[in-house]
Parts: sequence; C-alpha cells; structure tokens
Amino acid sequence: MNPEELLFAETHEWAHIEEQGGDKVATIGISANAVEALTDLVYMELPAAGVAVTASGSFGEVESVKATSEMYSPVDGEVVEVNTSLPDNLEILNTDPYGEGWIIKVKLSNEDSLAKLMDYVAYQKQCEEG
Amino acid sequence: MVDFAGWSMPVQYSSIIDEHHRTRNSIGMFDVSHMGRLYFSGEAIDKFLDTLTTRRVAGVECGKIRYSLMTNDQGGILDDVLVYHLPNLSGTPFHMMVVNASNREKIVDWITAHLGDSGIELDDRTNSTAMIAVQGPKANHAVAALSETDPDSLPYYTGTTTKICGFEAILSRTGYTGEDGCEIICENEYAEAIWSAVFDTAQSVGGGASGLAARDTLRLEAGMPLYGHELSESINPAQTDLKFAIQMKDRQFIGRSSILTARKNKSLPIRVGLELEGRRAAREECQIFKDDVKVGVVTSGTYAPTLEKSISMAYVDPAFSELGTELIVDIRGKSHPARIAKVPFYKHP
Repeated sequence: MNPEELLFAETHEWAHIEEQGGDKVATIGISANAVEALTDLVYMELPAAGVAVTASGSFGEVESVKATSEMYSPVDGEVVEVNTSLPDNLEILNTDPYGEGWIIKVKLSNEDSLAKLMDYVAYQKQCEEG
Repeated sequence: MVDFAGWSMPVQYSSIIDEHHRTRNSIGMFDVSHMGRLYFSGEAIDKFLDTLTTRRVAGVECGKIRYSLMTNDQGGILDDVLVYHLPNLSGTPFHMMVVNASNREKIVDWITAHLGDSGIELDDRTNSTAMIAVQGPKANHAVAALSETDPDSLPYYTGTTTKICGFEAILSRTGYTGEDGCEIICENEYAEAIWSAVFDTAQSVGGGASGLAARDTLRLEAGMPLYGHELSESINPAQTDLKFAIQMKDRQFIGRSSILTARKNKSLPIRVGLELEGRRAAREECQIFKDDVKVGVVTSGTYAPTLEKSISMAYVDPAFSELGTELIVDIRGKSHPARIAKVPFYKHP
C-alpha cells in the first residue's frame, strides 16, 4: 500500500479504510518510522478476532530488544481479522510495513475517531519535528 | 544518546542485535569512559583496600586484577569493583580501582571516610582519562597490531602499562561481554587517536562500535551481574552466587560478619538464571510464581541474540532454585513458563 493513501495516528499506527459489504473496515499497522525507531523487534502480542477495540486504546504490544511498546487502535470497532503469521516473521515490518506487515483489521462501529487522524504529509511533519 | 549517571552515553549506534553479533563474531568496541577510575598513592594500599573488599586483594602480585564486591557494615553491596595492581611504564607498581559510574561518588566518599591516618591518597581520574573496551574473538589481534604489548601475552585478568599508537595506556585482559578481549585506559587527549586506530582495524574485519544496550545483552548471556539490578545495598554477597569474589578465611573486612550470618540463613532469595519459553523478555520486577505462590522476582531480562531465546536473571526462594525447576513469570499480566537455567547462559568457544 502507498503510505500517502493512509491515515496516521500520533502514536505511529496507520489505518486504511475500505468499504466491505456495507461496513467500513480499517486495516491497521505501524509506520515505517515506528519500526525504525524501535529497531530489533523480537515479539508481538496480538488480540484475537472478535475483540472490541477503542480509539486510542491498546490492542497489542510490540517488543524490541530494549523495550516493550503498546500499539493503539486508531479506530473504534471489532477486530475481524488478525495477521497471525506476523509475530513469527517480524522482519516483514522492516521490508513492507504498509502491506504484508498489516497487523489487524477492524470493523468500524463509528467514524468519530477518523477526524483525529493525520494524512501522510502531516504525519511526516510530526516525525521530523520529533 | 541517553543520560546515564550524568554521562551522555550511546545506547545503540545502529541495531542492538548487530552490535551484539559483531562482538560475538568479530569485534565490538565500547566507550566505557563513564566507569569510575580511582588511583591510589601511599604505602600498604593493598592492605588498606583489603579491609573494604570481600575478596583478598592484599599481597596480590603486580600485574594482576581482582574482581571484588565492597560491602557496608550490614553486608549490603555498595558496588562491584576491579582492583588493579599493575606496573607503570617504568615498572613501578601502582594500585587503581574501576567502579561503576552510578556508584562512583558513593565509593569515593566511602573509601575517603576510611582512609584515617593511613597516609594513602585517593585520586579520582575518571574525568581526565578514557576507557575503551575492545571485545570479541578478533579483538586482541586488532589491538596487538597497534600496541607494544600483545593482549594475548597477558593472561586473563592481568594487565600492564604499555604504549598503544605510541601513547601511554593501561592494557588489561578484562571485559564485560563474555568474550575474550581487552580494555584500554588512557589520558583523554590520546583517546580519540587510539579509538580511531582500533576502529579502522575493527571495521576491516567486520567489527565496529557497540553501545550500552548491546553491552547489556552480552553481559546477560555471560551471566554477569549488573549493579542496580542483581547487586544492591539490600542484597548480601551470600545471595549472589559469586563465591569466587568472597574470601572469608583469615581475613577481616567491613561486612564480613553479616556475610557469615546470611550464609546460615537458608530462606534468603538467591541469584539464578531463567530461560523463558518464547521470545518475549521478562523485565526487571516481573514476579515469579510456583503454583500461584510468589517465589521470586526478575532483576534483568532480555531477548538473547546469540542464544535466540528469552533469558533473565532473578532472585528466587532457594527451595525453587534447582536447575530445571519449572516456574511461571508474570510479564505485563500474562503468565509465561520458565525454568531455572545454568549461568552463564553463554560461554565463548
């Protein structure tokens, strides 16, 4: 996926919103900037399908050699799909964070949180300003 | 870069895992100038220091370096230190000590308070000198090409004063990574030239700079304790499984009687190694359980890049300290199976 077509949270997750059978579904991952900052990823804790997530609430954890970081959902809704092969292949996050490195898909219960997300240009600006 | 005990320190230069592997496979170079370097002058320095160290340092022959703990009256560990008895360039013996950065002021005060009328003077040269650890299977060879003394000619835990790149420096066969290698101490003004020269050689054989984070994963694999984690003033040397660093016979030193008492107390938690299932690391203060009863606490943990597994050091109830004992570690609210493992986790070939 082209990062310029994605929405980003301040906390470095990305979301791609699509219509699926009348529902809106967000594919969610973490940004290349986040992967680079974390370095040396060794572990990822993922939710199960069916779990409810809330915008800005933790949906899982990613662990590098030096630290554990929470991953926060950019949207409200229900987890409908989980990239279960990812924890055993975390290097995909280095090569394709916006494609094969997707983490979960969430069926949106509302669209309230979307207005708080940034486009790619605004997100890059946030990263550059550190 | 992060602040560590007032020093701006490189935690990692690039990838911690790369910096770890380069040390195991080739050369990792560590700027460890933050470590405290204390020099002594006067008479009978070894006998004086011997009253403050858990290990015998009196009468140790010139050229040797001793790892020891220092304890307070209650037996609490003040620091773990290296006591050097080395020749200077003209062959005259001198004593120095390397202490942890976070404990330097405390140890300087502690030693100063006990100098009394010994006539011994302590000179803290931490700020005017630099210290570089060159570690890994190719480390000694790289330094040998630049040094008047070949590190391989120095037995393990010995040292001397020599010239490296033409500059006066202390060279010792010591380190904190579980690899062979050496450490260099020199005046600040020579440090950049020596670092650059060793670095060029290191790079040509697949080595390079490694940061504090890699130093931590390396020392953990090697089962070496870290002050503030496995060692503290609330831990008695008898709990640490560092028997080689505690010598009681025919000696008197501060904390000795408390160590004797602690040795008889079979309920005190003791230091052990743990291997966890999966890749997730336990971190400091994770609780350890056996059948839902708390039996210990993790003091350090990491994903171990060489072993490719999750390892920890911990203090546990001695009843659950036997090799292979299966325990549960609570990591952020989730139970992870673990078992008591042999320390060191890794030994270099």
